[in-house]
Amino acid sequence: MRKVITGNSASAYGAKVSRAEVIAAYPITPQTSIVEKIADFVANKEMDAKFIKVESEHSAMAACISASMAGARTYTATSSHGLLLMHEMLIWASGSRAPVVMSNVNRANGPPWSVWADQHDTMAQRDTGWMQFYCESNQEVLDTIIQAYRVGEQRDIMTPSIIIEDAFVLSHTAEPVDIPDIGVVDKFLPPFDPPSKVIPGEPYGYGSLVMPDLYMDFRYKIAESMDLARDRLRQVDRDFQKHFGRSYGGLVEFYECEGADAVILTAGTAASTAKDVVDKMRREGKKVGVARMRVFRPFPYEEVRKLAKMAGAIGVLDRSYCFGYAGPIACEVMGALYNISDRPPIRSYIAGLGGRDITPEVLERLFDEILAFKGKGSGEEVKWVDLKGLEGL
Amino acid sequence: MAKATIPEEELMLSGHVGCLGCGATLTMRYVLKALGKNTVISVPACCWAVMPGPYPLRCLEIPMLYNAFETTGASISGLRAAYDMKGRPDINVLGFAGDGGTADIGIQSLSGAVERGDNVFYVMYDNEAYMNTGVQRSSSTPYGAWTTTTPGGTTGDWKRQPKKNMMEIMVAHRIPYAATASVAYPEDMVKKLRKGIDVRGPKFYHIYAPCPTGWRLSPDKTIEISKLATDSCIFPIYEVENGIYTINRKPAKKVPVRDYLRLQGRFRHLGEEELNRIQEAVDWDWKLLLRKEEFMKDM
Ligand SMILES: Cc1ncc(C[n+]2csc(CCOP(=O)(O)OP(=O)(O)O)c2C)c(N)n1
Ligand code: SF4
Repeated sequence: MRKVITGNSASAYGAKVSRAEVIAAYPITPQTSIVEKIADFVANKEMDAKFIKVESEHSAMAACISASMAGARTYTATSSHGLLLMHEMLIWASGSRAPVVMSNVNRANGPPWSVWADQHDTMAQRDTGWMQFYCESNQEVLDTIIQAYRVGEQRDIMTPSIIIEDAFVLSHTAEPVDIPDIGVVDKFLPPFDPPSKVIPGEPYGYGSLVMPDLYMDFRYKIAESMDLARDRLRQVDRDFQKHFGRSYGGLVEFYECEGADAVILTAGTAASTAKDVVDKMRREGKKVGVARMRVFRPFPYEEVRKLAKMAGAIGVLDRSYCFGYAGPIACEVMGALYNISDRPPIRSYIAGLGGRDITPEVLERLFDEILAFKGKGSGEEVKWVDLKGLEGL
Repeated sequence: MAKATIPEEELMLSGHVGCLGCGATLTMRYVLKALGKNTVISVPACCWAVMPGPYPLRCLEIPMLYNAFETTGASISGLRAAYDMKGRPDINVLGFAGDGGTADIGIQSLSGAVERGDNVFYVMYDNEAYMNTGVQRSSSTPYGAWTTTTPGGTTGDWKRQPKKNMMEIMVAHRIPYAATASVAYPEDMVKKLRKGIDVRGPKFYHIYAPCPTGWRLSPDKTIEISKLATDSCIFPIYEVENGIYTINRKPAKKVPVRDYLRLQGRFRHLGEEELNRIQEAVDWDWKLLLRKEEFMKDM
């Protein structure tokens, strides 16, 4: 069924066609319309699920983890402060090997208060052991939920996932979306069948105290699964193409990157605008490209190294900041390239925080800057784009 | 011979690492006897998260899910939803937490679960402090007690606030069933838990569970102190069913509360004036409880 729907609606449909069985969620702008939609689905029996209307995001995640441990497919959705409140439980989920799937509408963190797009909320969860998917369209939002269940629930993966939409740009903007038939999804996504379940008859301890002789090995198991997930995600994206006729380039989507003099690497919707700018600049004879990092965790270091071989210079555009150094994606990209020879120069750009538009004009200027430092070195390693200055206000 | 009301089957094995005379271990033993094998337990950070021993040891014959300190209410809601979805409404879902995990850091998630009316059991085993971390005060620590964070010092900085009344907080949620119980009266405890099996919705149990280690109490006095707690009316045994109060044990003769306090090192510093003050507070609360029971009779 094709419908013109928002990113939030697409998230709700994603949970529905994936047959999420237990939903526990708490409202926060700009995520609210996801939980409202799911409440409608459940209230109208369009969706066979239990929706626990918890009293906080912390409890939402705690409830999802326990339900998942009991063998139910679980879903939640949140944004910024809700995600931050969950932090302890995010680590609990990955440690529990509970493949919860969550939508997060990327929103700035306060103070100062802001409800607009910014990726600081999810970037701050980098080390929680969750897979992170940054989407570019409402269709991708819906499709990635299905893909995340398929990969996350595999017995050697058992890892939770965050599906990310930029606030308002996707969450509240309607686009045509193909909502797949639940029967078609059933053929792609088998029922959740974890290797162990917390049910009577299985009298074990789930999450007990582990002494220093073994704790590391439990952590290594999570690390191994994340590493395995890298290739599994590429495969599942290809398989998705066969079932649904769509795919998203695996972990990183390359747009006109081969032989480009300048590439902007970014995550989320800024990539769409950048693609338009690339088309325009290419027509003008400038060799520019865009690499869209779709999956940030597990980190796609192989794709990043491939990009380094294709591009003359890279600007990494982060919609958040890792206080004390650079943009979080930039930090990771620079780290991934350290051990290869012939690295292109890289600059970390910080732009679009708190919902400021990243316009085609801004991006064109950045491309020109990157073209200018190709072959020379980036000089200024970190650059905040178009600061206005608060003095004198 | 009277018929034994406590099931013989042991669902808690003897190989645990709790201290000598620990009331929390007795609580678990009786609670599981009452609820039986078709039960799943969720336990937050507390003494009971350590008692089964480190991986791969266990001491319960039912599945034990470890949860984060403040999440017991949410965890049991999640389990309940999952079992209901899977067609297993018969499974008893039990949250089992200390007084800190219940009355302090976990009160929000507990309040959520109870307000939603989720069909779960919740046991707060009350050892009146954070024992796992070494005897720090909780809001359930009684007035006048020494703990490591109410050390007295040169300023007499003992616990200066009365114990939080979790039963009243639960009753204010219009919970269908709430009861106090004590390790001194296992038949009563078992009866109340079994009663809960037929109650749809949340069931809350405030269970008196002495901690010899933290109370500076001789470990052979666990049951004696528990009886004194009820006989002095500082810990009355009662239940509230849909708002109706029933006191299950009324001491024929009230024991002075000082007889209860003086067995415990944590109250050793209390002087005459404070002992009287505590007695007055206990008398007031007991009178109030009697009045509530009386008042509800006509409802
Ligand atoms: C978020 C968080 N804060 C603090 C702790 C440390 N902690 C673990 S158990 C505990 C006290 C538990 O007290 P209580 O619930 O009364 O149970 P008891 O140990 O007395 O049985 C504390 C403070 C923790 N595990 N998690
Ligand atoms: S510290 Fe107290 S509650 Fe904890 S195991 Fe020892 S006696 Fe039991």
